[in-house]
Amino acid sequence: MAQKMTAGKRIGMEVSIAVSYAVQLSRAEAIAAYPITPQTHIVEHLSSLVANGELEAEFITVESEHSAMSASIGSAAAGARTYTATSSQGLALMHEILFIASAMRFPIVMTVANRALSGPLSIWNDHGDIMAERDIGWIQVFVENGQEAFDHSIMAFKIAEDHRVLLPMIVNLDGFILSHVVESHQLLDQETVDRFLPPLVPYHRLDPAKPVTMGAFAMPELYTEMKMAHQMALTNSYGPILEVWREWGALTGRHYQPVETYRTEGAKVLLLIMGSLAEVAETAVDELQALGEPVGLVKLRLWRPFPFEELRKAVAGADLVLVCDRALSLGGGANPVLAEVRSALYPLAVRPQVLGYTVGLGGRDVQPADFIKLLRHGQAEAKQGPSQEFFMYGVRG
Amino acid sequence: MDKFGSAESTKFDTYASRMMPREEYFTSGHRSCQGCGEALAVRWVCKAIGKDTIIAHATGCMEIVSSAIPQTAWMHPWIHVAFENTSAVASGIDAALNILERKGKLKGPRPKVVAMGGDGGTSDIGLQALSGALERGHNFTYVCWDNEAYMNTGIQRSSATPFGAMTTTSPPGRRSIGQKTWKKDMVAIAVAHGIPYVATASPGYLFDLYFKIRKAIETPGPAYVHVLSVCPTGWRSATDLSVRLARLATETAVFPLYEVVEGRHRLTVEVPKLRPVKDYLKPQGRFRHLREPEIDFIQKQTLANYELLLQKCKSSFPEFAPIHLPQVG
Amino acid sequence: MSKSWDQWTWQEIEIGGVLTEPGSARAYNTGDWRSSRPMWDKKRCIKCGICWTVCPEAGISEEPDGYFDMNTYCKGCGICVKECVTGCISMVLEGE
Repeated sequence: MAQKMTAGKRIGMEVSIAVSYAVQLSRAEAIAAYPITPQTHIVEHLSSLVANGELEAEFITVESEHSAMSASIGSAAAGARTYTATSSQGLALMHEILFIASAMRFPIVMTVANRALSGPLSIWNDHGDIMAERDIGWIQVFVENGQEAFDHSIMAFKIAEDHRVLLPMIVNLDGFILSHVVESHQLLDQETVDRFLPPLVPYHRLDPAKPVTMGAFAMPELYTEMKMAHQMALTNSYGPILEVWREWGALTGRHYQPVETYRTEGAKVLLLIMGSLAEVAETAVDELQALGEPVGLVKLRLWRPFPFEELRKAVAGADLVLVCDRALSLGGGANPVLAEVRSALYPLAVRPQVLGYTVGLGGRDVQPADFIKLLRHGQAEAKQGPSQEFFMYGVRG
Repeated sequence: MDKFGSAESTKFDTYASRMMPREEYFTSGHRSCQGCGEALAVRWVCKAIGKDTIIAHATGCMEIVSSAIPQTAWMHPWIHVAFENTSAVASGIDAALNILERKGKLKGPRPKVVAMGGDGGTSDIGLQALSGALERGHNFTYVCWDNEAYMNTGIQRSSATPFGAMTTTSPPGRRSIGQKTWKKDMVAIAVAHGIPYVATASPGYLFDLYFKIRKAIETPGPAYVHVLSVCPTGWRSATDLSVRLARLATETAVFPLYEVVEGRHRLTVEVPKLRPVKDYLKPQGRFRHLREPEIDFIQKQTLANYELLLQKCKSSFPEFAPIHLPQVG
Repeated sequence: MSKSWDQWTWQEIEIGGVLTEPGSARAYNTGDWRSSRPMWDKKRCIKCGICWTVCPEAGISEEPDGYFDMNTYCKGCGICVKECVTGCISMVLEGE
């Protein structure tokens, strides 16, 4: 074990390690994980915590990610608090099981260290992996930095296990950019977390004393209604999510919102982004504001269920919104975040112009200067009427 | 035919039908075809595993006929997730039971864990998850319902389909004699994982099946039981012959009944005089197209495989590398 | 639930589609499928119970007098006829 955890003090550690401490503090009971860059440090550290008896849990070294998610369903169904982590190809391999995990309403918590999808093979960061899983019916959040990763990992268990929710949840953190970087974290002590997060009370459990059948199939007469129930569960999780975030805010002083804004008061042009690049964009916004330009930043935190109302409010005063996606929706008219934002704004009689950019694919670095260049490009395009459905920033050739 | 080796029949507690447990754990009302040999096997396996057992089941015939919302034929706690992952689901259940037991959260006896899957879900798409679960040494029993094809989707071939059999994806034709490859030996694969108990079983010998399952359940660590599941629909046989065909499979050495206890092979049903394989093939429409050369080949290969099995039964030391190693330090 | 399952509203479906009544399949009468049924000749039946053992449906039940007869679930497959030790079971067409 590398560090002793001390509440209150800020300690420098790799974000992956902080996440594994969050999982340890949450008293996860069953961890089924398969190694894939850049999630490896999380599961390695959890492994050593279990091996040293510092985390009372079963660590299942499954033989693939598909089996990781399957074993997670098994352990959740048997009534254990379940955690796993993956990235990129591993997440893609879990694909068919992800839909099942949420439809069967198991409160599994998963960290996705976002990484580009093959092909070509890339171990570096972008959001392509999770964007291929938009429709899996899980609650999904994005974090910006290590502290958020720690915080949201613990909160995820509380949200998922709430009997009003009972849905699995993904905490997205940027692979390498966050997972492998040393940041300063303020950890909590076990007592505090125990008070915040009581033991799991399963809703349905595989128990010979009270036998149930899980995973029966649905005839056409029932499938629609069952998917409606799933949709409503995800939609209605919104309230409990905010409740948990409020409670955390009161506990730690760190308050989280589904949509957060940075210097958007009076801003006519807005950048919109998710994940760690938000902090880079903030620097760009500072530089522009210093030049007297009314530019602000909208940071999307809650991805599913999508916060339509909050988003509409956040962009209400702007004329132009530049949505920066770290994923490409090949052959489509809009990248994932762009599509959701446009969709959210479409019903409004008065709405800002929305343009979209892909940035930072496959781990390409994005500097504040890039955001500024992108902004200039966007302003020009907006004036003359956009020449393309969306733009890929920074392509040579 | 000479008697080979020192194989002994298993000595059972009970041979009388009337003394077997009456409670049904796989209830009537399931929608299997008439005469389904697999359903018969499931009925008896569910009695053998006892009340305190959790079942993880793969997609397939038995899952579909028994679990259309809102009807379930299962009296056990039961979970179906997908086709190829039942061993992984069972691994998760086993791990959860470990931690819950350690933390004192289990009320009552620790349940047994049984994973069930068809031949497709075991030897094809499910092989990876099975291998992983066996290698990790989870405390569970895997039961394979081998009806020798993907029956639920309409009789397509699997790696368990016997040589020469007609299926919809191995149809006989001008350029084909049906299934081109010999049946994959899942028992050998399971034994190669160094697990303590592996067996074949069949609805032709229900007491043998019942007591093998009991043994498998009680064995700590992984156990694997391969059940020949006669399918009149897919095999094109008469519905009333399902038990008889299962018996013929053993009497012709096509499906010998044996168990492998820590690598030691032992026949549990001895057949003093084997019958010719064509006695087994003739009642099944899926072999109707076979001619002399194919039937001869099947006869020869069947006997050769049986010889190999008998040699394994005679062997003075088992080819066995156990996965459970004594705790060091 | 008095309502037929194909009329359930989404709110009426159990969370996760979990079925909480084990053995609810018994509500489905598979006996409607059969076109022939087994008939026991009690003069030759030795009450061994093999027919009960080999029925895939658990479609044979013991009577109070120790003899066996089909119950409502019998699908008419005929396995019991073939496996009966004394040959005292025969298949007859339904309705005869």
